Amino acid sequence: MAITSIKNLKEFSTNNDRFEGAHTLCPGCAHSMIVRELMNCTDDNLVIASNTGCLEVSTAVYPFTSWDTSWIHIGFENAATAVTGAEAMFKARKRKGTLKDNDAPVKFVAFGGDGSTYDIGFQWLSGAMERGHDFTYICLDNENYANTGGQRSSATPIGAHTSTAQAGTHSYGKKQKKKDIVAIMAAHDAPYVAQLAPNKWKSMAKGFQKALETEGPCFINTVSPCCTEWKFDPKDTINITDLATDTLMFPIYEIINGHELNILYRPKNVLPVEEYLAAQGRYKHLFKPENKHVIEEIQKNINEYWEMLQRREEARV
Amino acid sequence: MQDLKLKAAEKRGIHQLGGDELVGWDEVTQGIILTSFDGDATDIVHKKAEERNYSDFNSYTATVASWRVKKPVFNIDVCIDCQNCWVWCPDTSIISRDKQMLGIDYDHCKGCEVCVEVCPTNPKSLLMFNEQEDLETALSQWPEKKKKEK
Repeated sequence: MAITSIKNLKEFSTNNDRFEGAHTLCPGCAHSMIVRELMNCTDDNLVIASNTGCLEVSTAVYPFTSWDTSWIHIGFENAATAVTGAEAMFKARKRKGTLKDNDAPVKFVAFGGDGSTYDIGFQWLSGAMERGHDFTYICLDNENYANTGGQRSSATPIGAHTSTAQAGTHSYGKKQKKKDIVAIMAAHDAPYVAQLAPNKWKSMAKGFQKALETEGPCFINTVSPCCTEWKFDPKDTINITDLATDTLMFPIYEIINGHELNILYRPKNVLPVEEYLAAQGRYKHLFKPENKHVIEEIQKNINEYWEMLQRREEARV
Repeated sequence: MQDLKLKAAEKRGIHQLGGDELVGWDEVTQGIILTSFDGDATDIVHKKAEERNYSDFNSYTATVASWRVKKPVFNIDVCIDCQNCWVWCPDTSIISRDKQMLGIDYDHCKGCEVCVEVCPTNPKSLLMFNEQEDLETALSQWPEKKKKEK
């Protein structure tokens, strides 16, 4: 695989972008930061499928396309299926020698939002992982159905206000915990599973390169702050991601072959989760006195999860 | 210095998103393919934007400049070419060649201000100004270096 250099940002910036501007994602959206980084970290030809979601509707506004690679527009649930089908055909044609250029390296990537990964496309993704195709699935996790007006998904964390789990006099927003998709994907015995964040560009580019290099199904969950539904100023996208990783709301780690867990980023000063919550409009009701117990519960969950990650890293199980 | 006309293809900026184009959305047949490039697109990854043969369907030829109310202005004298703005620009609007930051692509910039936030220099080498402000006036208003508060 032709890897592009990610030693430092200056060398990384010599790559030629294959994701063009004038898409219609919101100003300050982290989706395009993540997509750009994936497409810049390799020189190989890419075949990409996108689930329905913000990314898909915004990058293919007829008559325009923002993708300089092969890209398939597919249903809400089946990007994993479409891209694995393309991969199976590619392998078969390679064996028969009917490709235009038989030696050209091709990588297969599927993008999905959290709605299509955690909920709607879950069984399609699970099936594709089980069949063991050589592809990478990247989930752009913005914790709600942002494309349709911010409904709750199973990625929405506890206490968040969404349009279908509203905060008010009788409710503090969503009452259920977030689904641990990384652990579920690691349980598929996938060779590489990771959770990454765009503010740590180097660990993210390394993770992408590892996933593309690894043969077999790889899954990466990326944090993608949504300025529209999380209700913060577009300029703060990277600052919010910094807070998310420093409060350990989104720990950055990878799991190799389903059991070797490595923590990729340990914050020097772990911040209290209040700082992350206070920066966003969707959590502002939690700071009322009657909702104090929710913040305590969030902090408790974070501490327990971080403890679990550290123990798993040590024990290699 | 900041004249970037050479960097853009000739077709740049002739389309507004959603303008009159070929067939209407309700006349599109299933399985339609929009090609990003005219002719051969092999090895496109090694070609810089100005060397590529973008087709009319590529959003590179479109513009979203009308989304913006404030624009970032780039001061090349303060820049240290750290490329933070390049890696985090969501709209591929930072033009960077040979490890050097050259300027901003105002046809694609939506004015989100992320580049200003991540700029590490003192004073910042990217600042937001009103859309109507011209380059010279903006540069003449650039703040002095801030001293550390003790």
